[in-house]
Amino acid sequence: MDLKDLYRDVILDHNKAPRNRGVLAPPAHSARGHNPLCGDQLTVYVTVDDGVVTDIRFEGTGCAISVASASLMTEAVKGKSREQVTALFDTVHHLLTEADAPVPASLGKLAALSGVREFPARVKCASLCWHTLNSALAGSDTPISTE
Amino acid sequence: MNTHRHAAAPFDVEALRAEFPVLAQTINGKPLVYLDNGASAQRPKAVIEAERRYASEMHSNVHRGVHTLSQRATDAFEGARERIRRFLNARSTREVIFTRGTTESINLVAQSFARPRLKAGDEILITWLEHHANIVPWQMVCEATGATLRVAPINRRGELEFDTFRSMITERTRLVATTHVSNALGSVMPVAAIVAAAHERGVPVLLDGAQAVPHFRLDMQALDCDFYAFSGHKLYGPDGIGVLYGRESLLESMPPWQGGGDMILAVSFSGTTYNTLPYKFEAGTPHISGAIGLGVAIDFLEQVGLERVAAWEAQLLSYATERLSTIEGLTIIGTAAEKASLVSFVVDGIHPHDLGTILDQEGIAIRTGHHCAMPAIEFFGQPATARASFAFYNRYDDIDRLVEAVETAQRLFR
Repeated sequence: MDLKDLYRDVILDHNKAPRNRGVLAPPAHSARGHNPLCGDQLTVYVTVDDGVVTDIRFEGTGCAISVASASLMTEAVKGKSREQVTALFDTVHHLLTEADAPVPASLGKLAALSGVREFPARVKCASLCWHTLNSALAGSDTPISTE
Repeated sequence: MNTHRHAAAPFDVEALRAEFPVLAQTINGKPLVYLDNGASAQRPKAVIEAERRYASEMHSNVHRGVHTLSQRATDAFEGARERIRRFLNARSTREVIFTRGTTESINLVAQSFARPRLKAGDEILITWLEHHANIVPWQMVCEATGATLRVAPINRRGELEFDTFRSMITERTRLVATTHVSNALGSVMPVAAIVAAAHERGVPVLLDGAQAVPHFRLDMQALDCDFYAFSGHKLYGPDGIGVLYGRESLLESMPPWQGGGDMILAVSFSGTTYNTLPYKFEAGTPHISGAIGLGVAIDFLEQVGLERVAAWEAQLLSYATERLSTIEGLTIIGTAAEKASLVSFVVDGIHPHDLGTILDQEGIAIRTGHHCAMPAIEFFGQPATARASFAFYNRYDDIDRLVEAVETAQRLFR
């Protein structure tokens, strides 16, 4: 394992300069995520118009993997339908948890997360934002916890 | 910077390291540097061998059988209790209760001492530096009894504000429960003054000694605390075994907290006669091999010499503090005048979790996170820190490797 597999340039860049950081006022949906193991806190805000994610923001603190993953996620889902977001969630989930999962070209920059699966202790860092987004889209008030 | 001071070593660290099989391995292709002793220390061969020998030569249940094996197991188990009594300088083995660890020891006092006595308006006083194991059991007691949990403040160095602490001991205070050494910051608490201040007002004191026992010589009679809790696995012994020391008169006055075998003298459906101390608090088959292993760990530590351990660890702490302080962007969290051998720190622009992963790739084991002491860490405005905690088998080389790896992380994140 090489550290550069985990901390690829895309990840380091999105950690240093996260995209779509901020807050959206209601009626945007929001949900909170928490990883009690490392203290990562994340809130995802999402505006859905006609079944399409028209705007998305996030705020919170966390490690490079969790911040970069959230930043990459916001870029990837903007403009996508709920169904497309769900499909993307599944693809990312496979990417993070299955050793031999192929990396589809359609993933774009999200493919940078494929190194995370070599570091099992860090998978939750990368997946927290996606679970939180799911929760926001479902309109659930229960905060997401990785534990 | 390789100006090591190995010459100043008060004992042969390399020879001691050879007694710890775990240390002789590579992690991710690099020789292991184990700096997570505050979470759990490694076991010497003598302890591993004692556990093996117990399992292969004398395993049986204790305090039950008339047969030879049961007698052997009982002798070894009770021998360990006496060994621990001497280590603590407790008056009697009746004051040495085996538990699963520090957490269970504190819960025992919470449920058996505090809960039956406390009522609404009463107070339990803790400090801002506590491990969750010395917070949550008291919150549970307060919830059940209506008592109030009060928290004495600390300063920016991570030291107890002693005058404020003392002023918070009032006629409502029923128990003072503080750590001896902060696991998150390393601060050594002024325990003698704490005990004196509490006793002046007739308030008993529990000390959480999990982080202190591996570093200092203890003397329960001199310290005069009422309860002292610690774990075997931080003391180079097995996991799953710990000790509650308790003042005999207080233990006598407390009801059992778990019922079962071994804690009774006679049972009928109309009533049960409880066993005497310490068995009253040891329901069920105990962790026999753990207790024996802990006794051997104490023997080992005494052979190395607690005073020499303390002196070597003080050198390691001072070297680590000096080296880490030279790293630009690194801030040490917790700068108490008196510290045990651990350093909590943060590095600008690198989350402690990322640092933990990068260091692991270099073969270095440290703890990252809130160290089960969220209030203490949040006091410093941090969600988490990195913590390197040293044992007597650590070397200057280990600290050099740590410093190099932090610099590697900084280059990666530049």
